[in-house]
Amino acid sequence: MRTLYEVMEFLLPFSFMSSMFMKNALLGVLLVSPLLALLGTMTVNNRMSFFADALGHSALTGIALGVLLGLGNPLVSMVVFSVFLAVAVLLVKRAGTASTDTIIGVFSSSAVALGVVILSRSGGFNKYAVYLIGDLLSIRPADLLMLLVVVAVVAGLWVLVFNRLLLVSLHPSLARSRGVDVKFYEYLFGILLAVVVAVSIQWVGILIISSLLVLPAAAARNVAGNMRQYHLWAMGIALFSGVAGLFLSYFLGTASGATIVLVAAACYFATFGANRIRR
Amino acid sequence: MKKANRTNLKILGPGRQPKVRCATCGTGLCCTKVQDLDVVLGGTTILENVNLHIHCGELTAIIGANGAGKSTLLKALVGEVQHGGSISYLDEKDLHTNKPLMGYVPQKLEIDGTSPTSVYDLFAAALSNRPVWLSHSPKVREEARKGLAGVRGEHLLDRRLGALSGGEVQRVLLALALQPVPDLLLLDEPVSGIDQEGLKMFYAMVSAIREEYDLSIILVSHDLDMVARYADRVVFLENRTVQAVGPPQEVFGNPAVVERFGMGWVRDFAAGGGPDADAL
Repeated sequence: MRTLYEVMEFLLPFSFMSSMFMKNALLGVLLVSPLLALLGTMTVNNRMSFFADALGHSALTGIALGVLLGLGNPLVSMVVFSVFLAVAVLLVKRAGTASTDTIIGVFSSSAVALGVVILSRSGGFNKYAVYLIGDLLSIRPADLLMLLVVVAVVAGLWVLVFNRLLLVSLHPSLARSRGVDVKFYEYLFGILLAVVVAVSIQWVGILIISSLLVLPAAAARNVAGNMRQYHLWAMGIALFSGVAGLFLSYFLGTASGATIVLVAAACYFATFGANRIRR
Repeated sequence: MKKANRTNLKILGPGRQPKVRCATCGTGLCCTKVQDLDVVLGGTTILENVNLHIHCGELTAIIGANGAGKSTLLKALVGEVQHGGSISYLDEKDLHTNKPLMGYVPQKLEIDGTSPTSVYDLFAAALSNRPVWLSHSPKVREEARKGLAGVRGEHLLDRRLGALSGGEVQRVLLALALQPVPDLLLLDEPVSGIDQEGLKMFYAMVSAIREEYDLSIILVSHDLDMVARYADRVVFLENRTVQAVGPPQEVFGNPAVVERFGMGWVRDFAAGGGPDADAL
C-alpha cells in the first residue's frame, strides 16, 4: 500500500493529493468506475437501466435489514437483499403476466418504502442519508481490497461468459438454438449486477448509481462501431469522468459521486454532438 | 456425409451432395420426426397432438392464423419453451442421433439503431469463446467472411447490425444459421417487413440451400404466394394442432384452409390455374 501511495505522489505532485483520503478515493474511483462501466455496457444492451435503478433503491431496505439484525456493516444484508430483489424481478418477469417496467416499479417502490419505514422508526433517518449520495472520501484500504476482489471476479466472468451474454441479449431464441442456456445467463447477469450495485453503493450513492452504470455505456454507443470499441470507450469515459469528477469535487467542495455523474453526462452530450456532426 | 464435413460448406457451392435413401421416412431421406408434441404455457394449452415428419431436402411451410401456435411450435423445436412428446432426428442410415442440430433465423433482432454490435461480433459470439470485447480472432473472421460470401454479404462483416437494412440483417442471420450446417433450419417469418427485392433474394437463397444441403427447412410464413412457390409441403395449423399436411396443391384445396384465408387465388391455385402454377 505504501509503495502505491508513493507512486501516486510521484505521478500526481499536487498539494491536494498529499492527504490520505484523496489517495484512497482516487484508487476507489479507479476501481469502481470501470467496474460499473463494464456491467453498464450489457445493462444498456439489455435495456435494464430501470432494473439497475431499482437495485440501487433496494439498498435502503438492505441497510434497514442490516440495522434490524444488528449488523455493524450492512454490506452483507445489502448484497443479500439486492440479489433477492434481482431474482424476484426476473422470476415474475419470466412468468410473463405484466410488463417488465411495471414489475420493476412495483418491487422498487415497495423496497424503498420498506427501507425508509424501518430506518425512520425512531426518527433517525438522517444518519443513513450518506448512503443516498455516497461518500468516496471515506473509503479505507480494506474497502479497496474488497473492491479489487470484486473487480477481478467480474472481469474474469466477463472474459468467460461475455459472448453468451451478448447472444442472449441479441435474441434469446437464437441463443437457445445454439445451445445457450438462456435462463442461466439471464439470472447470472441479474445477480452479478445486483452484487456489484450493492458493493458500490456506499461509495457512489443510491441516487446516482444507475447513472454511473448507464452514462459511460450510453456515451460509448454514440461513437462505437463494435463491441471492442464499445467497451474501450465506455471504460475510458468512466475513468475520465471518475478522475476528473473527483478532482473537481475537491475544488468545488461538492459531493464526489454527483460531480462524477455530471462529467459523465457532459461526455454523453459531447459524443452525441460528435455523432450528429459526423453523420 | 459426415458431420465433420459440414462446417465449411459454402451455400452456393458447386455440386449437390448425394442424397442417401432411408427406410422409415417415406421419401427415403433423413428426416426429423415430431411425435405427440404439446405445449402448455401458464395453464393454457397452446399446442397438442402435433405429429410431423419433416424430410431432408424439403422445405416445409407452416401456415395458420395469428395465434395458431406457429411461433410456439418453432420455440418448442428450438428448445426455448418446454414441450411434451419427442423430437428426434433420423439420419440417412435410419439411426437415431440425439437432438437435431438447429439453425434458427428469427423474425428480427432485438436491437436498436445505436447498438454497437457489429456483424463480426454476432458471428464471433456464436462461433467462439474468445470474448469479442477483448480481442478479435482471424480464424473466426475468416469463417464469418466465408459464411457471408454465401449470402452475398461479405461487405457487411464490419458494419453495425443496427445500421443494416432489414433484408441485410436477415441474410446475415441466414448465414449464421448455416454455420455449422444444421439438420433442421428454422425460419420464423424471416422476411416480414422486408422490401420486395430483399424478399425475393432471401427466398432464392433458401431455395438454393434446399438444393445444396441435406437438411430440412421449416418456414413459418404469412406470405402464401411465396409458400405456394417455394414449399414442398405445407402444414396448416389451427385449433392448437395440425389440420392438414401435404403438397401445396392439396393443402390449398382443403376447405378449412380456403375458409381460413378466404382468397380466390387459393382455389385458383388448387385448380392448377393459379398465377404461380408455372413456377412450380
